[in-house]
Amino acid sequence: MAAPKAFNATRGDKVFDVVNIVIMSLVLIVTLYPFLNVLAISLNESADTVKGGITIVPRVFTFENYQQIFQYEGLVRGLWVSILRTVVGTLFGLASASMLAYVLSRPDFQARKFTSIFLVVTMYVSGGMIPIYILFRDLDLLGTFWVYVLPGVVSAFNVIVIRSFMDGLPYALQESAKLDGANDFTIFWRIILPLCKPVLATIALFLAVGQWNSWFDSYLYNGRHPEWTTLQFELMKVLQSTQQGGSGQMINANDMAQKMAQISPESIKMAITIVVTVPILIVYPFLQKYFVSGMTLGAVKS
Amino acid sequence: METLTPGGTSNKSPGAPAAEADVGKRFKKQSFWRTALQQKYLYFMSLPFIIWAFVFSYLPLWGWTMAFQDFKPAKPFLDQKWVGFKHFVELFSDDRFYLALRNTLAMSVMSLVVGFIVPIIFAVLLNELRGMMFKRFVQTVSYLPHFVSWVVVAGIVTKMLSTQGGAINDLLVGLHIINEPIQFMAKGNWFWYIVTASDVWKEMGWNTIIYLAAITGIDQEQYEAARVDGANRYRQMWHITLPGIRTTISVLFIMAIGHLMQIGFEKQFLLGNNLVQEYSQVLELYALQYGLQMNRFSYGTAISIFNSVVSVILLFTVNGIFKRVSKESIM
Repeated sequence: MAAPKAFNATRGDKVFDVVNIVIMSLVLIVTLYPFLNVLAISLNESADTVKGGITIVPRVFTFENYQQIFQYEGLVRGLWVSILRTVVGTLFGLASASMLAYVLSRPDFQARKFTSIFLVVTMYVSGGMIPIYILFRDLDLLGTFWVYVLPGVVSAFNVIVIRSFMDGLPYALQESAKLDGANDFTIFWRIILPLCKPVLATIALFLAVGQWNSWFDSYLYNGRHPEWTTLQFELMKVLQSTQQGGSGQMINANDMAQKMAQISPESIKMAITIVVTVPILIVYPFLQKYFVSGMTLGAVKS
Repeated sequence: METLTPGGTSNKSPGAPAAEADVGKRFKKQSFWRTALQQKYLYFMSLPFIIWAFVFSYLPLWGWTMAFQDFKPAKPFLDQKWVGFKHFVELFSDDRFYLALRNTLAMSVMSLVVGFIVPIIFAVLLNELRGMMFKRFVQTVSYLPHFVSWVVVAGIVTKMLSTQGGAINDLLVGLHIINEPIQFMAKGNWFWYIVTASDVWKEMGWNTIIYLAAITGIDQEQYEAARVDGANRYRQMWHITLPGIRTTISVLFIMAIGHLMQIGFEKQFLLGNNLVQEYSQVLELYALQYGLQMNRFSYGTAISIFNSVVSVILLFTVNGIFKRVSKESIM
């Protein structure tokens, strides 16, 4: 732990330190530059951007690009759908994972072994894209909001992470509550859940980021139902439509996207990218200590 | 009763064994149904989600039957025409299938190798940083791309590699390494490298988390002893840090091999275009294009089944080898 400046720091060690700092600085630049570049372009006047040469400072500063994209109706609606799915999906996911985790952490539960195996199997076996698509069609879910939320409600990985956290809590807490006559749900709700806040924060972050970032479900299930497309999908359409006939054109690219693409120069695209990215940038550094411990917990178990 | 607190419970012998055993003995004669009634809240809490998982994870498996039929969406199940392995035969005689298989394997092996080694090097170097503030900052920044969607990453990568003001081309031209900008996104032979590099860029920092946690577990006295013996930093990294995380490395490596075929298709979908299709089409994209978009559901399902079966075989093989080598199982 101690000895940051070692007593016998040789010249070789010093050279190593310098080289290491240089390498790490390069990593920083390679990671951050693209984001700063995108930000600068998004704040630069569209007509001027075409001339190129913008690095991390806008040349002709303007907020006009942002004003323009918020006039695009599809984007604003997509933003609401994305927020809704993030909130609803996270709540459902948290409820399911925490309850299943609690039930599995109870050594006396009869169906524990069955439940556990039943869940683990879902981690390894998947029906695949087409059967799931057909199932959704049969259940009449295509073109609805629920395609975003329902499939992801039960996640075995999240259950495992929360459960291994619960296993570390002293069982005596539950025992005494039980003697006081509390039922199993009350114990879960009043005693266990409040203690699980750190791990719940981790899982909530994973769920929320997953919901916010996913675009393929929107493309696949709701591509022809513009009332429920998400922000990521809208961004995808705009970005792909001018990329040398990107693979997004395989589908009947929405008329809206076509129109948007024709009038969306570099700066507009970058402004949308920033709008999509910023919510995550704001949230994640504050939750860093939680997700680091959550990842470690999950890795130890699985 | 005072010794109830199960500090380090393992999953095999769960918490509070003493108390539970007592209770168990007392109610030994109690019938299954009475216990079930007593545990009704536990059932209420789990049953809905079990049904849920059944519908959305198990029921689609039934859809695998489609691969053995000439599936017509409008018809009920009993009216479908069964055709045996027709679609598989067709699949295995399709050149595009082998192309997709080649691309899947190439990109998964590339990102397995590079995406595996880079985070280890990064974690070890990060651990050697002296300034805590700087270390924290580098770590936080390096996690950033993991949280950004592939849509955004693909947009950024395209921007960086573009011939008009893309940073990479500007840099290469500026350093006189090349004379004129390279059309990275339009050249098929660049595609695999672009995908691998984007993957490393996005996930490198995130994948260090577990290694860094393992490194914290290494006994610090080893380093001091090594320093007393005159070992320099390279030797400390090579002889203490790396061996210290050896188990972590091997477990993660085996898990990665098990998931070799499941590279997904997001990157290929978003970064690819018609010009590079020969290199970008992976099995799942192939299933999407020829299965869903052309309404050839049976054919597409056959592709998915092939992919799943190979994955499961890989997983079991790898797990079997691992079991034999280390007497441990990862599944």
